[in-house]
Amino acid sequence: MLEIQDIRKTFFEGTPNEVQALRGVSLSIQRGSFVCVIGTNGSGKSTLLNAVAGAFIVDSGQIELDGTDITHFPEHRRAKLIGRVFQDPFSGTAPSMTIAENLALASRRGQSRGLTWALTPSRRENLRDRVAAMGLNLEDRLNNPIGTLSGGQRQSLTLLMAALVKPSLLLLDEHTAALDPKSADQVIRLTQDIVSRDQLTTLMVTHSMHQAAHLGDRVVMMDKGRVACDISGQEKKRLRPDDLLSRFEDLRRANQLDESAAEMLRSQYV
Amino acid sequence: MTLLIGSLTIALILSLLAFGILISFRVVAFEDLTVDGSMTLGGAMAAAMIVRGTHPVVATMCGSLSAAVAGAVTATLHTKFGINRLLSGILVMTGLYSVNLRVMGKSNLPLLSQRTVMDYADALSKNVFHGQSIVHLAGWEASARDLSSLLLMLCVTTTIGGLLFVFFRTNLGLAVQAIGDNSRMIRSLGVNVELMTTLALFVGNGVIGLSGALLAQYQGFADVQMGIGMMVWGIASVILGETLVGTKKIGFLISGAVMGSILFRLLVAIALRWGLNPNDLKLITSAFVFGALVVPRFISRGSRLVRRKQNA
Ligand SMILES: Nc1ncnc2c1ncn2[C@@H]1O[C@H](COP(=O)(O)OP(=O)(O)OP(=O)(O)O)[C@@H](O)[C@H]1O
Ligand SMILES: [Mg+2]
Repeated sequence: MLEIQDIRKTFFEGTPNEVQALRGVSLSIQRGSFVCVIGTNGSGKSTLLNAVAGAFIVDSGQIELDGTDITHFPEHRRAKLIGRVFQDPFSGTAPSMTIAENLALASRRGQSRGLTWALTPSRRENLRDRVAAMGLNLEDRLNNPIGTLSGGQRQSLTLLMAALVKPSLLLLDEHTAALDPKSADQVIRLTQDIVSRDQLTTLMVTHSMHQAAHLGDRVVMMDKGRVACDISGQEKKRLRPDDLLSRFEDLRRANQLDESAAEMLRSQYV
Repeated sequence: MTLLIGSLTIALILSLLAFGILISFRVVAFEDLTVDGSMTLGGAMAAAMIVRGTHPVVATMCGSLSAAVAGAVTATLHTKFGINRLLSGILVMTGLYSVNLRVMGKSNLPLLSQRTVMDYADALSKNVFHGQSIVHLAGWEASARDLSSLLLMLCVTTTIGGLLFVFFRTNLGLAVQAIGDNSRMIRSLGVNVELMTTLALFVGNGVIGLSGALLAQYQGFADVQMGIGMMVWGIASVILGETLVGTKKIGFLISGAVMGSILFRLLVAIALRWGLNPNDLKLITSAFVFGALVVPRFISRGSRLVRRKQNA
């Protein structure tokens, strides 16, 4: 379904600020699979999702989605296949447009937008039902600007918008990180509902070991722009947050070892 | 009375300019400096074609279309060649100065005996006022010709405003609106932001060119300087309109632009009546826009300070 082959991305190449954000990531994700991506800050999780979504074109490697080679597609062309929710609740919705207008925009994701009426009565009715089904009591506020809603409500709506037209792939980048614990729980529950109802193939970045252990059927841990470990099947089912923490600890120790070894070599030979 | 009617007519013509500014500066948040050039281009193109005997309606549409193309060029310089927005606008505006001189053949082109769209106002006058040359209006005397010009412009402005409103309720129009509000989001929903920005500048400058073409025909000449300072004028109208309607809904913003344009024109007319030197007008307009941009910030900062003092 999603085939990522040895993608690489370096920012500011050839300058002192050079960052090798992705150093050869390969990942193969099956249809209907729900993958959690974890890793320390700066390990390249967001960059991986951005590479798939097309925020930039990768330096090398190949990305195939649904049998289509999308490596060189611009972002707006990939949108036909991909639904996204960002970390920042302000990124996923247009604040001064109404809830109904935002949903209407999302209901044509990846389709042509012509000079046809955007919010026909039947479309409005349909959107109202979808909002009501979320159980957030927002169905009577469809004409309010979305900027007047709380972060949690906006994030829930963004999730609904991402799945309004069924995407081949759903990308969630720490979409609960900016929310208070209660709203975060609500958004996670909504995520589970939507993903399981539509059998969506999902790639979710999270910093919560709890979420990573309990959600989905696979965990990918990233480190320094590479996949450090990949846990699925029975092993994932048995996985507990503590196991993930100890894996982080292992990684940290290995990194330290690398660095101290390099330091030793440098002091001896340079 | 004549002065008032004349002011209103010009205000309505310039509210088309305000529509264009609204689309580029507000709806897609593109600081488009083409305006001064494209407004003149609209007037110059229409006047030059009318002088050569083209039907005035066709000439007006060509004026509008040529200005629209100028807007699309500005957008393309930015989106395709990565030139900064302000610089793209400046390049096109500067280039247009020469183009406008070429189009007109000289720096001022009078429309004396030619047929212009204002002749439709005369036809209108015959129908509405049955050939009277003086109309009594609530105790005032007004020339039928002036009144019918006003009526004609009212029709044009209402039609264009209505068309824009309808456009912004369509799927395409909604996508264009989202660009200025959250371009990252609308890109992730599959909209080609570069293409839509170009479309918006095409439409915006087209309306501005229409304004220029009508203004040239109303005042009876096109001048290579006629667009200078028009951008700031339009911004002033849009800001005034926003303040008047107090919401960001597109329908209100469109009608606000008309109201802002009228109010601003009347304010200027009054100031001129009181002896303001016309040469100072552009300075005053700039100062006004500066004030309109800064004062709200001071007010909110002031109220924050007051609140902090109360809390302390
Ligand atoms: N657009 C960009 N331009 C320059 N550098 C970037 C860009 N995006 C990411 N980077 C760099 O790439 C590296 C990986 O960043 P990335 O955002 O992918 O990390 P992350 O794993 O998502 O971290 P976090 O957990 O903090 O979100 C960082 O060093 C970052 O500074
Ligand atoms: Mg990140």
